Amino acid sequence: MRQGEISLAGILALFSLYLMWKSAELPIGYMRGQGPGGGFWPFWLSVGMLLSCVAIAWNWWRGKSPASVSDEPLMDSFGWLTVLHVGGGVIGFVALISVVSMYGAVCLFLVYYLRFLGRHSWVLTLVLALFVPVLLFFFFEGAMQISMPQGLPFTQPFFDMMYDIIY
Amino acid sequence: MTMTKRFFLGLAAGTALATLPMTAFAQDWQPTRPVDFTIMAGAGGGADQIARFVQSVVEANNLTNRPLVPTNRGGGSGAEALLHMNGARDPDHTLMVTLNSFYTTPIRQEGLGIDIETFTPITMMGVDPFVLWVHKDSGITDFEGYLAKVREMNGEYVMGGTGAGQEDSIVIAYMSGVYDLDIKYIPYDGGGAVAKDLAGQQIMATVNNPAEAKGFYEAGDFVPLLAFSDERMEAYPDVPTMKEMGHDFSYYNQRAIVGAPGMSDEAAAYYREVFGKVYDGEEWQSYLVSESLSPLPMDEAETRAYWATQVANHRKLLAEIEG
Amino acid sequence: MEVLSFLTSGVLTALEPINLGLILIGVTIGLFIGAMPGLGSVNGVAILLPITFLVPPASAIIFLAAIYYGAMYGGAISSVALGIPGASTAVATTFDGRPLALQGRASLALVTAALASFVGGTVATVFFTLFAPLLATVALNFGPPEIFALMLLAFATFVGLGGDDIPKTVFSICFGLVLATVGFDTISGEPRLVLFDIQGFIRGIGFIVLAIGVYGIGEMLWTIEQTRGEITTTNPKMTAKGLASDAKEAVQRGWKGTWIGSILGFFVGVLPAAGATPGSLMSYGVAKMLSKTPEEYGRGSPDGVAAPEAANNSASTGSMLPMLTLGIPGSPTTAILLGGMVMWGLTPGPRLFIDESEFVWSLIGSFYISNFAAVLINLAFIPLFVWMLRMPFTILAPLIFVLSIVGGFAASRSMHDLWLIVIFGLGAFFLRKFDYPLAPAVLAIVLGPIAEPTLRQSLLLSSGDPSIFFTRPIAGPITVIAIILILLPAIKMLRGKRRVAAD
Repeated sequence: MRQGEISLAGILALFSLYLMWKSAELPIGYMRGQGPGGGFWPFWLSVGMLLSCVAIAWNWWRGKSPASVSDEPLMDSFGWLTVLHVGGGVIGFVALISVVSMYGAVCLFLVYYLRFLGRHSWVLTLVLALFVPVLLFFFFEGAMQISMPQGLPFTQPFFDMMYDIIY
Repeated sequence: MTMTKRFFLGLAAGTALATLPMTAFAQDWQPTRPVDFTIMAGAGGGADQIARFVQSVVEANNLTNRPLVPTNRGGGSGAEALLHMNGARDPDHTLMVTLNSFYTTPIRQEGLGIDIETFTPITMMGVDPFVLWVHKDSGITDFEGYLAKVREMNGEYVMGGTGAGQEDSIVIAYMSGVYDLDIKYIPYDGGGAVAKDLAGQQIMATVNNPAEAKGFYEAGDFVPLLAFSDERMEAYPDVPTMKEMGHDFSYYNQRAIVGAPGMSDEAAAYYREVFGKVYDGEEWQSYLVSESLSPLPMDEAETRAYWATQVANHRKLLAEIEG
Repeated sequence: MEVLSFLTSGVLTALEPINLGLILIGVTIGLFIGAMPGLGSVNGVAILLPITFLVPPASAIIFLAAIYYGAMYGGAISSVALGIPGASTAVATTFDGRPLALQGRASLALVTAALASFVGGTVATVFFTLFAPLLATVALNFGPPEIFALMLLAFATFVGLGGDDIPKTVFSICFGLVLATVGFDTISGEPRLVLFDIQGFIRGIGFIVLAIGVYGIGEMLWTIEQTRGEITTTNPKMTAKGLASDAKEAVQRGWKGTWIGSILGFFVGVLPAAGATPGSLMSYGVAKMLSKTPEEYGRGSPDGVAAPEAANNSASTGSMLPMLTLGIPGSPTTAILLGGMVMWGLTPGPRLFIDESEFVWSLIGSFYISNFAAVLINLAFIPLFVWMLRMPFTILAPLIFVLSIVGGFAASRSMHDLWLIVIFGLGAFFLRKFDYPLAPAVLAIVLGPIAEPTLRQSLLLSSGDPSIFFTRPIAGPITVIAIILILLPAIKMLRGKRRVAAD
């Protein structure tokens, strides 16, 4: 935890510096007769972020925050595995959207989560993994008229068929 | 009555013959999935209202077999919409409702790499003129009075608008240029907000589309001073135009529907027919009158030529403002 | 009593079978749309706009207003049951609604939200009935300096909201405010902070992207990691008796927040630039400040649910006012309603109340009826939502992830934003591990886009002279109060130290 606290503050400080540099593309000063320029607000707020990071580091050095005096690891192996499995699953989910369409990705994600993380039975898994995307399809495309991403062209015949049903 | 089945068949055949070229064309192609109807502005505002009006007419009259899905992509002064159109995965099902940021944004943000000549003209629904408004409590009743007041205030005269490089700022910049006016310009994020702050006298004058100022005009709060149209507007017959003042300048906001780059000819023909019907329909014609839009029907070639002149004009106007 | 006779005929119009039917359908549709994270009243109203060509204008707007109302009630459901604020108006509801749900008191939170919404909506409608034209003139007096002062006040009410770690809270606020500036600077008309030159950032970073990332992904990950995936929220079965006792408790422990929210929400909602979100945030802050037990806030205080919920309903009624009387929409939803009115050939503006009084009064009449219908329908559905929460967590969790991603896309229609949601989610998880409070960032991204332009517009007006915030009759007092509130904790701390020294 102790190491994590200062590393995180460091990363955030670097990010603040980047934001300051990027804001400076527009005038960051107080222009006479016009008030602040376009970069003023983000620049000085990024400075605020940077200063907060310095203060966080100062508190860390003095051992003021709980994390800075904790010798416990950030997470045990179980924690890391959970985050890896769940977080990775969500990343995979979003990545798959561009390939197998939103509904396909929902189906695969549910199979992955329910069966492999949740250890539910195949019957329950498959029922939910098929039922939920179909329900979402009718809700979004049919009722709400919001088109979700359709992935690579190979999914097209399927969508054309579904659209013939709902319209 | 002797309206037999044959009579109806004959009638149907007759209509079919009469409209054969069009329908035959349309039957070649029909949308197979929902049509992305991108709006180049946020919710509210003129472009949004028009887009939703058109969509409602299409829907109410069942003009398409797949719905139009209106989506606001107003970010970055329309840059978001232009990028979306440019990268459209399925150009045959991607349309956009434009305003003048269609011309100005690619000029002002060259990094976007947008060439509007690649877009597909569909239908020009009309053009929206601009009018100079003041509040009735200012006591100003005509354009001369306005000029005198602005000069007297010597740089403290405050006008509101929708931001640098936007339609109204171009008009104001032109006006300040030819009359040598020093105006303090406050940008807002929409024409409605501008009109509201004129009503509350936070600002002293605006250049708004008639639709945005209409409610206040009818209540007697706003006074129109000058129209930036080619001829006097029907709704405001006593208001002179910039042209009458001896300056060859008119400025309109274009309300057009365009297709994504790479749209097939068949799809474009289909949409032209659909929106042509909307245009000719009673709903749209009365909307044109009530919102003081000017009709400007054009075919594809004319639209392309019109775009080219508009781009050239805007390049010149923007260069003058920034230079 | 001219108003009374107008109102009676308005209520009678709203009670006509066709209108009553439309209200019931509209409220129910709105409720479910509002309960989906990422979808809000704006989606419902936009889709059903074309249908309204088929019925008379008065019925049409009654229908759309009913959807608007229903969605405002529904927003609380997503905040409580899923822990994701479905709309910016419901952010503050998560602060206490979510803890209540985790303690197994989801039904209490939902009942409180429903009742508070009802009171808020009704109080606002009464104000609306009595003072509509007068309030419109007040709204006009709010120019950029006044709105900025109000935003300052909103921030001030939130000083105490962060965690105990001040630098981390400040970081979170600044971070949210900077994120809000990404994309495009309307004042100078230039692109700004297009991070890493990725063109997707030109559209800016919406509130919903950060909120779904932080609450839908980040908080969920954190909960799963903390509880090792074995979370057991024992939400008891809902019975009529349970509902009644929850209602009793809601009234006892939430009445104060309800009143604060109802009144404050309305007045903030009436201002065209502000709208329901600052209204609900400020009500939460003020309710906490005035509370005798502020330490309960954030840990599941019914007052903390009641205040923002009363406020967002009250404010959404309030935001109808500038739309009708000034033709100025205070929110995307009212913008679409405005478009609808234009379609029906009505001109919103100062003359609407005079020229179309029948239309206006049937709309106002329908507010009363819609509110009544909404609270009943909402209460009836609460057992369903509580039942959903009884699902095993290993089923509920993936469904929440799915709803977050699907809803995130529905709100933004861009893959770029979906990736941002994932990045914010993972980032929020680690920040949460190190006790960075994230609610301030979410608030900042809501208020920032109002605060920054109004600050700069004001300074343009005054040629760069900041005294404009102190010299104008309305802005001045608000600014002063805001500054005192911001400095209050510091003063208290100094005093405390001195006292310690004296001892």
